[in-house]
Amino acid sequence: MEHGSFSDHSKSSFSLSDEDHTLANSLRFTLNQDPRVTFCGYSIPHPSDNRVNIRIQTTGEPAKDIMKDACQDLMLMCKHVRQTFDQAVVDFKKKKPVQDMNID
Amino acid sequence: MGSGRVKEEDTVSESTYESDKTESEAKEEEEEERKTKKKESLKWLEELPDVPMGKLPPHLEFQRTRVECKADAPIHTDTLQYSGAFASSGYDNSLRLDNFCDNFRVEVIRLTEEDMEFDMIGIDPALANAFRRILISELPTMAIEKVLIANNTSVVQDEVLSHRLGLIPIKVDPRLFEFADNNTPNEKNTIVFKLHVSCEKGKPRTAVKSNDLKWLPHGSEFPLGSEDFKSGSSAKPRTYTSFACSQDKLPEFSNNPISTMENIIISKLGPGQEIELEAHAVKGLGKTHAKWSPVATAWYRMLPEVVLLQEVEDEDAEELKNKCPVNVFDIEDLGNGRKRSTVAQPRACTLCRECIRGGQEWEDRVSLRRVNDHFIFTIESTGALPPEELFTEAVKILEDKCERVIAELS
Repeated sequence: MEHGSFSDHSKSSFSLSDEDHTLANSLRFTLNQDPRVTFCGYSIPHPSDNRVNIRIQTTGEPAKDIMKDACQDLMLMCKHVRQTFDQAVVDFKKKKPVQDMNID
Repeated sequence: MGSGRVKEEDTVSESTYESDKTESEAKEEEEEERKTKKKESLKWLEELPDVPMGKLPPHLEFQRTRVECKADAPIHTDTLQYSGAFASSGYDNSLRLDNFCDNFRVEVIRLTEEDMEFDMIGIDPALANAFRRILISELPTMAIEKVLIANNTSVVQDEVLSHRLGLIPIKVDPRLFEFADNNTPNEKNTIVFKLHVSCEKGKPRTAVKSNDLKWLPHGSEFPLGSEDFKSGSSAKPRTYTSFACSQDKLPEFSNNPISTMENIIISKLGPGQEIELEAHAVKGLGKTHAKWSPVATAWYRMLPEVVLLQEVEDEDAEELKNKCPVNVFDIEDLGNGRKRSTVAQPRACTLCRECIRGGQEWEDRVSLRRVNDHFIFTIESTGALPPEELFTEAVKILEDKCERVIAELS
């Protein structure tokens, strides 16, 4: 859910329900690395609410688009992490029989 | 680079100002001497190498990539995430996906059925921590949620017994099941186990172990109390579950029956005591209760880096080796009975800082650091899924979260 003004789309707060530090902190990381973002931060208004608020202020682009880009970036990073990890596991399993073999 | 030049100009103007003052006193010789001294003291500035554009000077690069552990506390613990953090020195700190893809590496160190250790290199702590958090609290597993106790004469009370049953890991792939929510228990969301053990009078005490939990692929065998009188003898009595078909007929379980982790003691029975119960396992998340957490623990630590800033020799080398409880340091023989310290196993460093205790001289000799973007990740699985699959599932969950946000905003 987005909370912003009708006239200025470059500043918005997003309220994500059923999320916590896991997503908010990762998103803050990708958002902060975007050169179009001038300010970004998140807060959990109350520990017993399952909700985070993410604030984004940009250099001019609509905050919503930047948020979507950040999610997209994070997804692509996750995909790459998964591929790299799977490949590393496959490589390790291939190599392992050689290590286990006692040559002496 | 730029700032260096400005500084130089400042000091030049300062020196001309000083020379104005001294001129009035007309002590030219002294003045000359002072000037040359000043020039020499500025030499270090002129000799500083130019930092190429787009690269950070070494001390800033050090702050960016390392956590330095001083005797009292670590410093530079934050990662600088803001894209413009080093804009003034022409260094672009923004995230470029291809850059991340080039630098990210995974190296598997150990992989067994139960646990794995791997190095994740080139990733921000924000993401590493997200994976860890998801592993612990957001990956679903099956765990016993409802226990129907028909008889329990053991010394373990009903509620304690139920709690113990709940914590027993069930070896089944949770992806094959649905969340039960408030639906009636059926073959797609519930696993039923039966426990019926007794200790005969005159026999020694027996232990009830998790192996005694028997899987009931047809569902519950206990009839619903109210139905007892109404239903005729021919009709099958309604039970606490309504399975449309037997679970062992399903292709995924026909060849691998569902079992629990073996050899976990549930209770002990004295002569004449008996336990008869049914346990219903459902799918859940670790954030609701730790029994649904698929990992015993999942944690990471940053790669330690131990650097000797000075040569540590002879008795000091011996002392340094003995100081470290995990044998990070070793001694190199230089011949003529001389010895020198070397860093043999930096990875073993636990950051106890014992080596830099004992005065300033030791702090000057050894520098303890952590590499900011190198994580030694360890996952211990409870048995539902192998650890490598747990990690891929965790990453997928983070992807799903992003997808949900995109869908919500579009």
